[in-house]
Formats: sequence, C-alpha cells, structure tokens
Amino acid sequence: MDMKRDYYEDIQLLNSKILWFWFIMLIASLATLPFLLPNYHIYMVNYMAINVIVTVGLNILVGYTGQISLGHAGFFAIGAYGTVLLMTNLHFPFLLALVCSALIAAFFGFILGLPALRLEGPYLAIATLGFGMAITQVIGRWQVFGGRMGLEAPDLSLGPFVIDTDRQLYFVIVTIAFLLILAARNMMKTRVGRAFIAIRDSDIAAETMGVNLTLYKTLAFAVSAFYAGVAGGLMAFLLGFINPSSFNFILSIYFLAFVIVGGLGSIFGSIMGAVVMTWLLLTLDKVQELPYLGAVLVSFSERWMNLAGLPNIASIIFGLIIILLVVFEPLGLYGFWIRTKIYWKTWPF
Amino acid sequence: MTNNNLFSVDQLTIKFGGLTAVDRVSFRVEPGSIFSIIGPNGAGKTTIFNCINGLYKPDAGSIIFKGEDIVGQKPHRIARKGIARTFQNIELFSRMTTMENLMLGRHIHMKTNVWTGATFFRRGSKAAQDEIKHRERVEKIIDLLDLQSARNQFVGGLPYGTQKLIELGRALALEPELLLLDEPSAGMNSEEKQDLVFWIKDIQDELGLTILLIEHDMKMVMDISDLILVINFGKPITEGKPEEVQRHPEVLKAYLGEDEVIDQSA
Ligand SMILES: Nc1ncnc2c1ncn2[C@@H]1O[C@H](COP(=O)(O)OP(=O)(O)OP(=O)(O)O)[C@@H](O)[C@H]1O
Ligand SMILES: [Mg+2]
Repeated sequence: MDMKRDYYEDIQLLNSKILWFWFIMLIASLATLPFLLPNYHIYMVNYMAINVIVTVGLNILVGYTGQISLGHAGFFAIGAYGTVLLMTNLHFPFLLALVCSALIAAFFGFILGLPALRLEGPYLAIATLGFGMAITQVIGRWQVFGGRMGLEAPDLSLGPFVIDTDRQLYFVIVTIAFLLILAARNMMKTRVGRAFIAIRDSDIAAETMGVNLTLYKTLAFAVSAFYAGVAGGLMAFLLGFINPSSFNFILSIYFLAFVIVGGLGSIFGSIMGAVVMTWLLLTLDKVQELPYLGAVLVSFSERWMNLAGLPNIASIIFGLIIILLVVFEPLGLYGFWIRTKIYWKTWPF
Repeated sequence: MTNNNLFSVDQLTIKFGGLTAVDRVSFRVEPGSIFSIIGPNGAGKTTIFNCINGLYKPDAGSIIFKGEDIVGQKPHRIARKGIARTFQNIELFSRMTTMENLMLGRHIHMKTNVWTGATFFRRGSKAAQDEIKHRERVEKIIDLLDLQSARNQFVGGLPYGTQKLIELGRALALEPELLLLDEPSAGMNSEEKQDLVFWIKDIQDELGLTILLIEHDMKMVMDISDLILVINFGKPITEGKPEEVQRHPEVLKAYLGEDEVIDQSA
C-alpha cells in the first residue's frame, strides 16, 4: 500500500512552495503593471480582463458542460445596463449594483436554460442567438434604456475612493477578474463542476448516478450568465457610455471564438484566448497604424475595396486566425501551452 | 407487502413502435442475493435495466423498490433511492480521471453547492472538507478494485477491462442497495473475469448488496447467481436456480446456435 496521501493537496490552489512563489510574483506584477504601461495599454488590459471574465464564464457552459450559447452578448448587456440603471436611478453603490445585475443576468440565464433542456446542438444555438438579439432589440426600443442613444455610465466610487482613470479602474477590474477566475477554478475542482463535466461526457451516466440534469444544465447557464453580467457591468465603466450597438450578436460570436481559440474546457486557455484575441481585435481596429503592413493594407483597400474596406480586412484576418488555430490546434492555445510545457520539462510544475 | 421485499418487477411491458421489447416480465429479488437475467441478443435485458433506472418509461407494469413504485420517476431520483448501475457499452466520463469518475459517484452524498464550491480557500472550508471526506470513501473503492495505478489517469485512454472496473467502482461509490450490472465481463480476458467474479462475490458479502446481473458468460452466471431469469423476445421463458435453468428445454432451444454459450455451459 502506498503511503497515505493528503487529499486536500489535490484540490489546493497552491500546493507547493514553487507555486506560492509564482503566485506572489503574479500578484506583484499585476500590481505594478499599470504603473509601467502607457494609458492606452492600460485601457487594453482592462478590456482584456473583462473579456477574460466572459470567456471563463462561457467556457463553463460550453467547454465544461457541453452546451452552447450564441447569446452571451445579451447577458453582457443585461449586466451593463443593469449596473448603470441601478446606480443612476436607485442610487445603489457600485458593487451592489454590479452583483445585483449579474444576478439578474443569471436569472435570465436560468430562464434561457429551461428550453435548453429540450434543445441540442444547432437548435440550442439558434434559440440562444434569438435571445441575444431580442435583448438588444428590447434595449434599443425602450426609453428607460436610453433607446438608440444609449446611457452614460455614472461616476464611480468605491467607498472613499473615486475611480475616474483607466489606471484606477484597472485595479477594480483586474481584482474582480482574478477572484472570478479563482472561483471558476474552485468550482470545477469540486462537486458542482464535476457534475457539469459529467453531463458533457455522458449525460445518461450522469443522471443515473444522481445528477439532476434539469438543475445542473440550467445552473450552468445561470453561472455562465452571471460571469457575463459582471463583465458587462465593468464594461459600462470602461467605455463610459453604452448603447445597443455595443452588444450586437457579433459580440456573442466573438465570445465563443475566444473560448474556442483558448481551448474548450480549460480556464487557463480561456484567459489566453481572451487576452490574445482582445489584443488582436483592438490592434486590427487600428490596422492602418501598423508599421509597413498598415500601409500595404491601406493601399490594397483603396485600390480594391469600397469605402468600408479597411475594417473588413480586420474581420478577414480575425476569421483567418480562428480558422488556422482551430485546424492546426483543436485544443486551442491551451494545446500549445501543454506542448510547450512538455517541451520545457524543467518548467516548475 | 412483506418486509424483505427489496425489489420486484411486476408485469413490466414496454413497446417501441410495433416491437414489444419487454413483454409482461415479472420477478422478485431477495435482499442480498444475485439475480441474473439471461437471454439471446435483443431479448430485452438492457431495456429492463433502462426501465428500472428511469431512462425509459414502461408502458405497463410496476417496479417496486423498498415498497414504492418507482415507475415514472426521474433517473436521478431513482439513483438517490439507492439503485446504481453499469452500462453494457461503457458510459464513463472519459475526460475525467478515474478518481474524478468515482467522486462523481459520491455526488448524491456530497453537499457542496455553487457558492461553497467556488469560495473554498483553505483546508477547513466546507467544500474542502466535503472533498476530503468523500475522497476517503473513494480511495477505499480504489483499493478494493486495485485501481491505484489508474487513479489519476484519464479514463478514456485506459484498457477496456479497466474501464469496466471503473464503472463498477463508480456504481459502488454511490453506495447503492441494488446494483445493476449490464454484462460486466464483456471484453475481459479470462483472468480479469476470474477477478471480477471474486469481486462481485466480495462486494455482495461485505456490503450486503443486492445484485441484478445481465451476463452472456454462462460459466460466470451459473457460478454466482442465486436465481436466473431467462427471457427471449421480451418474454419470460423460465426462472429458477442455475441447475434448474440449465436443464430447461426451452433455454437450450433459445440458445441453440449460440455455440459459444452452449460450450461454456456444458
Ligand atoms: N430506444 C429504443 N428504441 C427502439 N428500439 C429499442 C430501443 N431500445 C431497445 N430497443 C429494441 O429492443 C430490443 C431489446 O433490446 P435490448 O438492448 O434490451 O436487448 P438485450 O437483451 O440487452 O440484447 P444484448 O444482449 O444484445 O445486449 C431490441 O430489439 C432493440 O432493438
Ligand atoms: Mg443489452
């Protein structure tokens, strides 16, 4: 018989000194990062962190539970509008408004999860797509939501701290993202996460082992929507201004792309996916500013494309990268990471 | 209803379109015994199991477990009442490790919810305590079935025989009172089969389990069953002790052509 093992070690986040070391290094670098970066880059990191939150949440639904959602922009919008409205109209403090609107998003997730019990694959995809589009439509037409004109984010303060620069916002967003990543990781290591994964791998076996499919499938939707809601609430403050077009269905597709590029069923992959793809999106937005390549693309666009030319190049490049990644590494960036880790055997893991 | 009626099936019938897959099947299983269902391919054996744990809803008949008719209840409810099973075509969680598969078997006994699960941060936290406590039970099963070497491996890549055992382990982790085994020895070599017979007897003795077994290996069936029910085309043919069933003319007839079976039972 092998020696008695410490079972806690297996679910512990930091079960060795080396991991503690890296963990502290990580926190230290996250804390100093905003003082080293120029303002635009802080804005970008904030954007990344918000997308990380959505992607991790969406991965719980798609990668871990094996369901699909093409409507996450809807939950994202609920979070954004909810937070802004609760703060401006009901004068909720920021964190309370954020949590409440994320819970509202979770509730909508739960509702959307109910038909998901009977729908699979493409049918579920269409149902969720319809949900996301409906949310944008409702928001765009309803006066409380500011209609097409949108809403302005109120002033933000946390207790005595007034938060009005991207650098200050960084600490709020990154802290929340950090906590939500840990929460997701913990959840997946314990009973609820196991039930999610079990449903993905064999729903028949899961239910005959006592997993309530109805409960856990809707729960996965709710949890996932909660993450999107929190992210949306933060996004309102990063953008300073929200309108329905910030939440169109292309955004839902992007979220899904982040998950798949990062790697299904991997939290670390989700982080990589969201970070890399956000960087790409924001960079492609300003594709004309790239050295050398920018000029080439501009002249190509002027010669061969209509007035809307250049942004189209951005989408084409984005699409190409997704296709290439998925074709050559179906496990996404996480797959690359695993291979690199195996290559660098000495890496302390 | 007598006290020792743990499990009985009465006039169970289910149709798929024009096909009556199970046709008025009745039997009763004594607590602590091994009751086997045999019959040729397509006889309706697996379908009976699927009715018992709620995957199929029978068209008629009743299934009484601990004095209660469980027909029409959801599979997860039936699991909670104490019925676990293994599958003919392995239904493991392939991208989980052996340990995680068995831990899922503890699902109904564990208490962690979304909140406590997401927020544990130290050994004393509720979710961590829950994990540790149930991990101990799971380790016992791993020891019992000699699965130590597979503990932290993803089950998808393990040999077929090992996967079958893990399924058995997962079912045991649920601590059922009634265990349904659908062809547990399929795909095992003779050595593995011997171990399996040993384990099944062991489990039955030590845990006082009642076992419902579907099995094509006649030697094994005759060896470990207390009672055997023979069905063909969904209909019961005969029921009795292994010696009785073996001699039954209709059983010989029903199995005619299945050379392998006859060889082994001879
Ligand atoms: N969901 C279903 N829909 C339609 N027909 C089904 C279904 N499930 C089982 N059947 C049919 O019911 C009959 C009995 O099948 P079952 O799987 O119970 O046989 P079995 O006795 O387990 O056979 P085997 O020894 O091959 O496992 C078969 O004819 C099968 O095709
Ligand atoms: Mg069968």
